[in-house]
Amino acid sequence: MYHLIRWLIRTWRSRRAVTQAQTQTQNQTPGAAPTTGESAAGEAASVEPPVGLVQLAARRATTPPPALTGSGRKISGSPALSVNGLTKRFGDRVAFQDLSFEVGHGEVFGFLGPNGAGKTTTVRTLGTLFAPTAGSASVAGLPLSPGNGAEIRRRISIMPESPGLYLRLSVAENLECFADLYDAPDPRGRIDRALRAVHLADRAQDPCGALSKGLRQRVALARALLSDPTVLFLDEPTAGLDPVAARDVHELIDDLRQRGVTIFLTTHRLEEAERLCDRVAILNRTLRTVGRPEELRERMFAKSLTVRTLAPLPEPGRVFAGLPAVDGWQPDADQGYVIAVSDTRIAAPAVTRALVQAGADVLSVGESRHSLEDVYLELIDTDEEASRR
Amino acid sequence: MSISRRHVRAIFRKELREYRHNGSIVWTMAVIPLVFVLPTIINVFGVAAGSVHADLLLYMLGIPALVPAVVAAYSVVGERQQGTLEPVLTTPISREEFMLGKALAALVPSLVIAYGVYVVVVACIELFAQPGVAAELVRWPELLAQLLFTPLLAGWSIWVGIAISTRFGEVRVAQQLGALASFPSVLVTALIAYAVIPASLGLAIGGAVLLLLLNGLGWRVTSAAFQRERLISGTR
Repeated sequence: MYHLIRWLIRTWRSRRAVTQAQTQTQNQTPGAAPTTGESAAGEAASVEPPVGLVQLAARRATTPPPALTGSGRKISGSPALSVNGLTKRFGDRVAFQDLSFEVGHGEVFGFLGPNGAGKTTTVRTLGTLFAPTAGSASVAGLPLSPGNGAEIRRRISIMPESPGLYLRLSVAENLECFADLYDAPDPRGRIDRALRAVHLADRAQDPCGALSKGLRQRVALARALLSDPTVLFLDEPTAGLDPVAARDVHELIDDLRQRGVTIFLTTHRLEEAERLCDRVAILNRTLRTVGRPEELRERMFAKSLTVRTLAPLPEPGRVFAGLPAVDGWQPDADQGYVIAVSDTRIAAPAVTRALVQAGADVLSVGESRHSLEDVYLELIDTDEEASRR
Repeated sequence: MSISRRHVRAIFRKELREYRHNGSIVWTMAVIPLVFVLPTIINVFGVAAGSVHADLLLYMLGIPALVPAVVAAYSVVGERQQGTLEPVLTTPISREEFMLGKALAALVPSLVIAYGVYVVVVACIELFAQPGVAAELVRWPELLAQLLFTPLLAGWSIWVGIAISTRFGEVRVAQQLGALASFPSVLVTALIAYAVIPASLGLAIGGAVLLLLLNGLGWRVTSAAFQRERLISGTR
């Protein structure tokens, strides 16, 4: 009996040692277990030791951001997200249709659209929660298919619009559950770093139900960082946050971008998208446009100058006619004129000289700036008008 | 299909923590056994040896049949209503692991309650019943039956409860149906306890095999019925 017990203890210890060695190996290569050649290449291409997102974010919270040279997670060769003709219907109802776009590694990609446009459904589809009705996609280097669901979910993280926290549990208990679900190595350390990243380290033992909406949103963001994702889907991450908390989230997104994390950001805050996103897509069931914010402005709106004078010009046609790079003009409200130009650098000095020669009291001559909001409203209004017709 | 023990443990531990923080769940689970304890006590303490049903204690098997049903019926629909289901489903957890974690979290406290209440009732009979009654009631076959059938009956109620919970979008409806669905098990144990269905070794073995099969089948069928898309979108 004695020998039997000793043999059992020895066997148990040796098996435990093997398991610990395997765990340590996995810990040294976070995001390992690549199942595709692309991922394996991506891991091999990493030069600096991989630093987790939560480590990075926590570092930002305590020290200035380090000089960043790109992510250890970067998968070269293929986009982080590639979507081709993706369509999702629920019965007869079309959630979104024929979406095609690509998102590069380390890019912050804004996904804008009105309520019901299909933004959240797109996130859920790319996050393997919904099966697409048609089309194809690859997410974090893996084709979007039922067989790849678990592996895709291991590589990405989704922060839903509603935080979805267990309100009776403490912040730490919520994060412990998800650290286990994400198979996070060193869960305690990751939780600490994630909490520091969102400035909630001192609230770890508070029940989530006792937190304000903004703080709950931060806990949800910490939860999304636990898995050290390659692609991070943020669905309205600053909804309900005060300006300071929203700014913190913006800074965090900036840092994550610098590390090469791909961020897919859906938001209603157009100024947020303009500030944070490398490119944006505007969705209204179908993809209305994709591009860099300044590209979209140029594409949608002709270049123009706005002129303000103290009194209306007696003969504006004579003043603006024949000027170089000036294509036309029209009166604007408040004793001003909007002048369509082909090149502002040529047209602005010419217009100024002409106004002075005409004896006008010039208040200002400036380039008209269109915001992303103008682009958005132009596209969505066009859609609404078309649907009314 | 491989099952990650870590994923199952994460759900299990989270559920137990929720029970701990929510006293009403514990109280509900603790009060239900009174339905079974009181008739048994009244039947036993009021009579002399020779006039008591020999298998009366099998009535206590109604506890593991009924206690976990309400908790299991809440397990999925409750998370849906709280909005906590979606974040869990965005993790790599498989539906089988999720189901197993939920089922274990309903099973373990049910077993503790069922066995605990049984031990207390047996102790009371040994100490306070009329002379000879304890010897008639507390016998090895009944003890073994209690030991064996408690997890089997609880398991079956749990799978039925979870299956209902995945199909219905309203907590109250799911809990009412979950309780209703456990009544056939309660009825059968009551009929055996009051000798309407005669207890026998063959019946015990047949019942155990059937419940084992139903439990295995319940896990598979319930997991198959658990569709991420339907649960999140609310479509049928």
